Amino acid sequence: MSNAIAVEMRHITKRFGPVVANNDVSLKIRRGEILALLGENGSGKTTLMNMLSGIYFPDSGEILVNGEPVVIASPRDAFDLGIGMIHQHFKLVDVLTAAENIVLGLEGKLDLKAASEKIAGICGTYGFDVDPSQKIYDMSVSQKQMVEIVKVLYRGADILILDEPTAVLTPQETDRLFAVLRNMREDGKAIVIITHKMHEVEALSDRVAVLRQGSYIGDMLTKDTDAQEMTNMMVGRSVSLNIERPEPKDPTPRLEVKDLTVRSAEGVLRLDDVSFTVNGGEILGIAGIAGSGQKELLEAISGLQPIERGDIIFHNPKKDKPVTFFHKSMRRVRELAKQGAFHDRQGKPVSFDGMSLGAIRKWVESGDVLFREDEIMDLKGKTPLEIRSLGVHLSFVPEDRLGMGLVGNMDMTDNMMLRSYRKGPEGFLDRRHPRALAEQIIEELEVVTPGTSTPVRRLSGGNVQKVLVGREIAYAPKVLMAAYPVRGLDINSSYTIYRLLNKQKEQGVAVIYVGEDLDVLLELADRILVLCGGRVSGIVPGRGADKREIGMMMTHIGGQKDAE
Amino acid sequence: MRNETKREPLIHITRRGMLPWYRAWAIRGGAIALALLVCALITTLVTHQDPLAVFASIFEASFSTQRRTWILFQNIAMLLSVSLAVIPAFRMRFWNLGAEGQMLVGGLATAACMICLRDIFPNWLVIVCMVITSIAAGAVWGVIPALFKAKWDTNETLFTLMMNYVAIQLVSFFIIVWEVPKGAGKIGIINQSTEIGWLPTIGGQKYLLNIIIVAVLTVIMYIYLRYAKHGYEISVVGESERTARYVGIQVDKVIIRTMLFSGALCGLTGLLLVGGTDHTLTTTITGGRGFTAVMVAWLAKFNPIWMIGTSFLLVFLERGAGQISTSFGLNQSFSDILTGIILFFIIGCEFFINYRIAFRHPGKNGGKAHV
Repeated sequence: MSNAIAVEMRHITKRFGPVVANNDVSLKIRRGEILALLGENGSGKTTLMNMLSGIYFPDSGEILVNGEPVVIASPRDAFDLGIGMIHQHFKLVDVLTAAENIVLGLEGKLDLKAASEKIAGICGTYGFDVDPSQKIYDMSVSQKQMVEIVKVLYRGADILILDEPTAVLTPQETDRLFAVLRNMREDGKAIVIITHKMHEVEALSDRVAVLRQGSYIGDMLTKDTDAQEMTNMMVGRSVSLNIERPEPKDPTPRLEVKDLTVRSAEGVLRLDDVSFTVNGGEILGIAGIAGSGQKELLEAISGLQPIERGDIIFHNPKKDKPVTFFHKSMRRVRELAKQGAFHDRQGKPVSFDGMSLGAIRKWVESGDVLFREDEIMDLKGKTPLEIRSLGVHLSFVPEDRLGMGLVGNMDMTDNMMLRSYRKGPEGFLDRRHPRALAEQIIEELEVVTPGTSTPVRRLSGGNVQKVLVGREIAYAPKVLMAAYPVRGLDINSSYTIYRLLNKQKEQGVAVIYVGEDLDVLLELADRILVLCGGRVSGIVPGRGADKREIGMMMTHIGGQKDAE
Repeated sequence: MRNETKREPLIHITRRGMLPWYRAWAIRGGAIALALLVCALITTLVTHQDPLAVFASIFEASFSTQRRTWILFQNIAMLLSVSLAVIPAFRMRFWNLGAEGQMLVGGLATAACMICLRDIFPNWLVIVCMVITSIAAGAVWGVIPALFKAKWDTNETLFTLMMNYVAIQLVSFFIIVWEVPKGAGKIGIINQSTEIGWLPTIGGQKYLLNIIIVAVLTVIMYIYLRYAKHGYEISVVGESERTARYVGIQVDKVIIRTMLFSGALCGLTGLLLVGGTDHTLTTTITGGRGFTAVMVAWLAKFNPIWMIGTSFLLVFLERGAGQISTSFGLNQSFSDILTGIILFFIIGCEFFINYRIAFRHPGKNGGKAHV
């Protein structure tokens, strides 16, 4: 194809302090072509595109649009040149309609009717499914994204940049987006998509350009390459793209969630009658559109979210434990005995019928009255601290790493201490053990950091995640919950995380993995639970699961009535 | 050629990475030198005085006589004491602007003990009562906004600020109740003849006890914030409440506990002012230290040890400013101008520590112009 060059970036360099985000990058963007910009995290893709859209200004180098050198000092300059960028986070006003959002900020007389007609025209040309009079708050994520794209087109953009557009979409929505993008390509627009997902690159793009550590590695036609070659270019060496999935060994129920119902502080139903069981030694994947209740589910299990109804029952793999009066009163002990909760060393049920209190006390204190710990561990309504003091080792890698899992301004040692600071001498902190743990994690997980006293917010995303996961694993969990643990991570770091999760699984830990990339879930999880609007849409085995089917289950309970 | 007129912006600002400490301090030192230079310039231009003489008198204000040096250290000690009191709350991102009020009620409790108990208890017991009640009063004044914050998430900045005015009115009321002589509208020196409830002096130095107490407090506060579990919890709550909840810290408990502590220390400062040095109670006895402490704490980035330096700087400048206004016949406002200039430079230089300013490259631009 000999398409006209829309944008040419020559020898662009951009630094942030000592960090070189882009180093002498030269890139051509052609009309009538979809260019996939590939690179690991921190390779400078977004920075490069932000310089085209006027958010950053290059330290050196020049940009040519339609062959003429230009200066893009602000987003307005970019608009004037026909460059439009669709960011990962939408910038729409919820209470306005699609049409109002699209014309918002434009100069000239406000004529919504004319605008709506023009919008309808754009939608007709490219196949958008946008109703100009619909309010944004009524729209799905995918519709909002369409509005963002139409907004950019409405302003006359013919060079479009999309930053990870599929991260929040279901497979069906992704297909629809791709169809629209292909139509725009046929219309001669220049399109750049930034993405991590190889199969999307292969399905959609005409050309790929690869960045690595801020430098331009090369570009080639998509049809001349494959996922393996592209990955190797991104990483700089040969990597294996297979995710291991060992067979679960001896799976026994570990955590049972029954009829769990959770409302948000505003009274909105977030989880509705959710029931499932996770086994020790398996990875349970949780799939669903963003905001289907994943966050509430994990937070409810870990005691951070008030529960309206339902039970969370933890089965401790510890077998028998003597009953003590330490946690329980005499009355409670007798009640439990009546329910048949206790047994003796021979496994026969214990009955206190007809015994005096003194005799019961003596028997219990002899340590011969036993109970199965798992029978009475209901985590419902317990605070994280109470759960811990029960001896339940529950680890949680939250979605918001620096806002919840770690403290960005603290160093690694102090972040290790978050879990363990209550130990040690009365009143004062013990930094020795946390520091040793930090050093161990740096070494074992190959964390790149100047040292244990560097604030963790200065580390890259992948290293931050290694610190967090490392800490949670060091806690020797029985249940490990991870929410989007590889979001924003590069390939290397992602595979490190998969390996760590698999290792935990092999050690008999029950792993709950909330993911957004279905391809990864299909390769990693033993079973996949699909959430849809706070309800369980279905649980399918990970081996041999069909991606389309899961996609349908994400949008409709059970997945059966998808219109397409 | 439609872009011929457009040029690269003259300057653009980029964030720096971490500067090595010596470069950061070089920038700060440079800022102070520059501030003095500007001060000298303005002095010469506006007042036609010799700037060196003006600077000399700033030093004289603090160091020319032994008495002045003692007063300097007393003022530093008092300012530092309040600043120490507010930093646990500040580290928790709880903006306690009520140190004035907490100090005042501490002072009020002290004065109340001195006046009401002087005929009942022996001196030592009066002093014990003073210590207990002043600390308790400050703690109560501090914990009220904390309770509201913890239970109903009220805005602590406004709440603590308003509590100041309640305290001032309360003190005004009791000054009239206890005024000596009747109708004077002030209390005067309490127990001047008997010295009941006057804190003891060490080595005949009126201020030494206060200075020693504050020095000890500084060390304790440093250890509390850096090495105690409480201090760690405060930092975690301040950085992110969600993280605190995630690891099982009871945020409400920490807020209340910390404000009890913070208020108690303010109350203690009130005790030192009323019982230790002034032996009287006025509505202005705090001298605005509760607000100056905010600046001391911020300039020192909430580090108790650095606060020794920043409170020295502020007291030194304030006393110097007062001195030049008397010895050169300049208006008090002029000394405020000088203090303002110096603080402006000190605070402003933090921008240059965090950001780098890049100018347009002339060579490259020339290349662009002819295209």
